[in-house]
Amino acid sequence: MAREKSTLQFDTDWKYSAAPESTEHVRIDRQYELFIGGQFVAPHARQYFETINPATEKVLARVARAGRKDVDRAVAAARRAHERTWSRLKPAERGKYLYRIARMLQERAREFAAIESLDGGKPIRESRDVDVPLAAAHFFYYAGWADKLEYAFPGRRASPLGVAGQIIPWNFPLLMAAWKIAPALACGNTVILKPAETTPLTALKLAELMRDVDLPAGVVNIVTGAGDTGAALVEHAGVDKIAFTGSTEVGKQILRRLAGTGKHYTLELGGKAANVVFADAAIDQAVEGIVNGIFFNQGHVCCAGSRLLVQESVADEVIAKLRERMETLIVGDPLDKNTDIGAINSSAQLEKIEQYLRIGQSEGGEMYQSSCSLPRTGYWCRPTLFSGVAQSNRVVQEEIFGPVLTIQTFRSFEEALDKANNTPYGLSGGVWTDKGAKIFKMTRALRAGVVWANTFNKFDPGAPFGGYKESGMGREGGLHGLGAYVELR
Amino acid sequence: MSMVASSLPPSLPALDDVPRVDEVGVEERVARFCSRSIKKESKVKALKLALSMIDLTTLEGQDTHGKVTQLCQKAIHVRDTLPGLPHVAAVCVYPTMVAVARKALRGHDIKVASVATAFPSGMAPLGVKLEETRLAVLEGADEVDMVISRGAFLEGEYGRVFDEIIAVKEACGQAHLKVILETGELGTLDRVRRASTLAMHAGADFIKTSTGKIQPAATLPVTLVMLQAIRDYYHATGRRVGMKPAGGISRAKQAIQYLVMLRETLGEGWLTPDWFRFGASSLVNDILMQLEKQITGVYQSADYFSRD
Repeated sequence: MAREKSTLQFDTDWKYSAAPESTEHVRIDRQYELFIGGQFVAPHARQYFETINPATEKVLARVARAGRKDVDRAVAAARRAHERTWSRLKPAERGKYLYRIARMLQERAREFAAIESLDGGKPIRESRDVDVPLAAAHFFYYAGWADKLEYAFPGRRASPLGVAGQIIPWNFPLLMAAWKIAPALACGNTVILKPAETTPLTALKLAELMRDVDLPAGVVNIVTGAGDTGAALVEHAGVDKIAFTGSTEVGKQILRRLAGTGKHYTLELGGKAANVVFADAAIDQAVEGIVNGIFFNQGHVCCAGSRLLVQESVADEVIAKLRERMETLIVGDPLDKNTDIGAINSSAQLEKIEQYLRIGQSEGGEMYQSSCSLPRTGYWCRPTLFSGVAQSNRVVQEEIFGPVLTIQTFRSFEEALDKANNTPYGLSGGVWTDKGAKIFKMTRALRAGVVWANTFNKFDPGAPFGGYKESGMGREGGLHGLGAYVELR
Repeated sequence: MSMVASSLPPSLPALDDVPRVDEVGVEERVARFCSRSIKKESKVKALKLALSMIDLTTLEGQDTHGKVTQLCQKAIHVRDTLPGLPHVAAVCVYPTMVAVARKALRGHDIKVASVATAFPSGMAPLGVKLEETRLAVLEGADEVDMVISRGAFLEGEYGRVFDEIIAVKEACGQAHLKVILETGELGTLDRVRRASTLAMHAGADFIKTSTGKIQPAATLPVTLVMLQAIRDYYHATGRRVGMKPAGGISRAKQAIQYLVMLRETLGEGWLTPDWFRFGASSLVNDILMQLEKQITGVYQSADYFSRD
């Protein structure tokens, strides 16, 4: 209608001054070793790799690369700790350690948040308000379960699996470490954690924290490295359980290697979630939810709402409002408290995203990007929309893992549901409507592990998380998360 | 100014088509605005901008000629020892005090605003409301702050509320009309959104949250919903409508939160006293205290700031 002549101007005369989070309280060593048996030890082959700040491309630290012999040592340390101390400890004592970890994490929250943003590129607002508090909440939550397992599994006897190998991704490095370590320890297991190659620092700070809370040696071991380190862990005969969060592609490789070994496993893999907006939704709040669903953490979120399905009668309005809202998103320095969208995690990931932008355009999609300026150095991607796309397009089918939203319209409820479920993934989904009945009808029929109604990307340690189909196997979080770390008799 | 709307006779909008509002979502959005970190130059600039947007208000039964005259002095001489300060936008008084304020502000570019239409309750016959409005304008009011008939609105008598605003607007003549929704009595954000749309279609130059006599008065969530209504109306008609949160905004920090919300919802076009006002009185001194602190590095006692 009158939209063209009534464009709002967000490049205002009054601007926000830079508000960088102080890094004076942050200590990052020049070099980090492996954390095995309660000590930092050099890797057998003396090999190291560099971890960089994706916003500046500057090296933050050198980090040890663990080889097979190092993984051997870590597994041996974890086994020893499991047999001699951790599984023999009174459950209430295990809980005490977890409470101490949680409290110490809260005490050091500012340092953890800053390092998470430095190493991973995510805005400090998110690492400060989401990642670190939620990580602490997971330790608190599972600390409470440690001595109550008989209530979690009434009438059955829960015993730990033993040694768990845990491989985590780069999008929520500390939070994923907490998701993995907390339930494992609560149930009496010991762990070897392998952080992602591009974001090892908060896991290594967590190792320091484990040492500072006097956690018995070997209960938590942290081995840094790339894919081959993870593969060595997966293939190690001394590991009883593998917990993996990452891409579906790697998940499939892991599953092949685990076949026939008798090892337990949980896999939390990719997603391509539908965010379904009906015409009777609260439109302004739905727009906000769409923005949070796809641009949270630069879209590096396995449960991101990356496919918008919007009812045709409000599609123009929603898209116009979405574009307007995108103009107010601040992209830039992750350490600035006003930044909404930080740096893309790595040059490899940026390349992948940009490739999808090219694919989307060549498939005939209409690409729209916000007009924000980007810093000169570092890895950046403007918030992006693709409209005029279809189920047959790769940008709609494949996980991009970046700030890229595809938009499709629908007319009927059935059409929306069919499109939402027409994907090999099934991790999450969203529904926006003012009608309660429609919420229940849709959420029951969506083949996805987590479904949000009139909100998106909300997490709580008490709520189980996991996927259908190629989005994974098993659940993490809540009572279900305990079940993944015990043998029941 | 309002070339599009005034060329056509206003008609009651289809209020069923007005977008629904989700309160939880609104509060989440507001929390995001409040987490913006406004420091250094951007803070000083925001404080000065906020100061320039204030409708310095006294609406008491005990108002005297002396009190209004002195309030006008405050409006003119906000703090002469601090150079480079803007003056406030307007002085807001009861109709019987308009002439007093007019005289006290002579020669200064500060507007006189008058409440009217049986403020704050609105419980008077339409004829009386219109007469009061004409009187206020005749006495020299540049702006009229009217109240809607909340009873009629809550009963679903939208047409009556609509026609009343049109009539008052006509009675205003050249004076700007601010329409007070008294959101504290409307109960839900859905109703706030509908009332905003109704008032704008009826010809309001500004929509305003509250009289300040009812709690809750202005809040960030209510103001956000009204700003979004203004934005949608602007896109639909091309006509700008101003916004005035009033009541309960006494701290500089709150004022900055409102400005952040304004900036990110309506942008540059509204970051001016022409299109945004704060209905407040004690806010002035808190802003001054913050500005002094930016210069001296310390907070001064309240006794170092004039109270008129």
